Amino acid sequence: MKFTSLLTGAALALGLASTALADDPTKVGFVYVGPVGDGGWTYEHDQGRKAVEAEFGDAVETVFVENVAEGPDAERVMTQMALDGADLIFTTSFGFMDPTINVASKFPNVKFEHATGYKRADNVSTYSARFYEGRAIQGHIAGKMTESNIIGYIASFPIPEVIRGINAAYLHAARVNPDVEFKIIWVYTWFDPAKEADAAKALIEQGADVVLQHTDSTAPQAAAQEAGNVITFGQASDMEQYAPMPRVSSIIDNWAPYYIERTRAVMEGTWESVDTWDGIPTGMVEIGEITDAVPEDVKAEALAMKEAIRAGDYHPFTGPLKKQDGSDWLADGEVADDATLASMSFYLEGLEGEIPN
Amino acid sequence: MELGAINPVLLLASLMVAATPLLLAAIGELVAEKAGVLNLGVEGMMIVGAICGFAVAVETANPFIGFLAAALGGALLSLLFALLTQVALANQVASGLALTLFGLGLSALMGQGYVGIKPPPTPRLDLPVLSDLPVIGRVLFSHDPILYLGLFIAAAVWYLLRFTRAGLILRSVGENHDAAHALGYKVVRIRILAILFGGACAGLGGAYISLIRVPQWTEGMTAGVGWIALALVVFASWKPWRAVLGAYLFGGVTVMQLNLQAAGVAIPVEYLAMSPYLITILVLVILSADKSNAPASLGKTFHASS
Repeated sequence: MKFTSLLTGAALALGLASTALADDPTKVGFVYVGPVGDGGWTYEHDQGRKAVEAEFGDAVETVFVENVAEGPDAERVMTQMALDGADLIFTTSFGFMDPTINVASKFPNVKFEHATGYKRADNVSTYSARFYEGRAIQGHIAGKMTESNIIGYIASFPIPEVIRGINAAYLHAARVNPDVEFKIIWVYTWFDPAKEADAAKALIEQGADVVLQHTDSTAPQAAAQEAGNVITFGQASDMEQYAPMPRVSSIIDNWAPYYIERTRAVMEGTWESVDTWDGIPTGMVEIGEITDAVPEDVKAEALAMKEAIRAGDYHPFTGPLKKQDGSDWLADGEVADDATLASMSFYLEGLEGEIPN
Repeated sequence: MELGAINPVLLLASLMVAATPLLLAAIGELVAEKAGVLNLGVEGMMIVGAICGFAVAVETANPFIGFLAAALGGALLSLLFALLTQVALANQVASGLALTLFGLGLSALMGQGYVGIKPPPTPRLDLPVLSDLPVIGRVLFSHDPILYLGLFIAAAVWYLLRFTRAGLILRSVGENHDAAHALGYKVVRIRILAILFGGACAGLGGAYISLIRVPQWTEGMTAGVGWIALALVVFASWKPWRAVLGAYLFGGVTVMQLNLQAAGVAIPVEYLAMSPYLITILVLVILSADKSNAPASLGKTFHASS
């Protein structure tokens, strides 16, 4: 008697469990390199996560882990997420590339999406935005507006993404102002407000009146504001709290449509490993409001460039272009191909200094 | 390369600013360790101080009330550590680590409404004659008052530990708590006070980052300064002036390497980036050749019955 009731109970429990499984919401995990309150990169990814929740409601469950170090910790966090039943995991920093591939090979049924990397697998997609399109526009504004002709650049890590940004900004600054000089500081961090503030101060003390950044906090804006008469740009997020000065425009990452689309693909079973690299034309890269601190004609030129990029009439890396060492890169009218851009590891002619290894 | 681009006056002035949070946190921890308490929660106390100071400064529009609140916030959090380790006799290492994790989480929670807000500016000291002196005026006499407070605290701690009866008692508690207890000193009470002092200093250091050095609130903005402060205490062989030296050295090389990079000096960036850690450790290791040891009871749990 007892035994049969036990069996019935077990069968009932199993039945319940399997129906519960069928109704399980799709679980989507996000691994962030910084805090969601950084006001920049991670903040925008988290906005994308919230958009997924808003789109699908109870049909999805999202989880996220913030401040994950790029190293063994990342693998632990991803493994835990996969073990906890995540169906789709977005890993949102370049340094998560190898950990993502490693963990993905252990969980073939879990889909992974890695931002800004170049390694893919059957269950690993990559996606990134063409930030360099936005940086070309920033470079144009920077070149027009600098009076000291010194432009400071806070760079994070020497990876193609960052180098591409420096080249795009420099190219378009130098095109409208041949006297412009770039001072570049590598801080080896994506997010360290104190260090970013120190770097911005060092650049300003050495005469920079425009500070560009490829780091995630708003500390450089605060430093520029204190110095006065220095302009900056919002990075990854609008950073509008510093508008109209020192922040005169911004590059905004809009991940929401992509996250929603990919989550839908998992729910409908149509997910495939793809490589996505979108920019201004699809809205993955947006240009935040150009404030009144920028003269009307410069603003108009910047908007015209944005429109040309959106329409596909203009590519920021169009020849003739030479590399730093003087060798030819692109012939007249030639447009850079994506493979070269994705692995860019050289400065363009005119930039000083060396790229760290 | 154009070293001329580096302005030594501005460099010296900004190294003092970069060193101050580290100095405050290290001096506080030094006192706690001298009393025999190893509090690994410095990072947590700093970040809680950073948000307490920031929030109160914004609400009251007065940075000095903010700093007061930061000291209180840091001390309150350290009180938790004091209760755990001195009353409940929990392990100090584990409690300290827990304090850091707790502090990081708590500060993120408290700071949710404060992202993207600008704090009221902290006025610089403007002394009539001194601030106008060429070079020296800008380097030494035109900073915010908290920077001087940090140096003053370091001097006061040095004097207290070295020349006063209170300092002697504090050290005896750290060296041999059983002997101190046998002499009738209230070991637990003294240690709790030392922990609270450490918490208050760490809180001030955190607020210095959020109100002056950066100035804004972002989660995790102390970014490891608390851990460097902990290491600094050890490398300074528990001597206040060496902690000052270490903090200034570390802050100085940090700022210097950024300036060198911007000036395009042909030293590989990787070497520059690690130079603050290497140089500070190297100098302090050379200085500590005089065999100064850690307080003998450091990290040990005390209970009157044992």
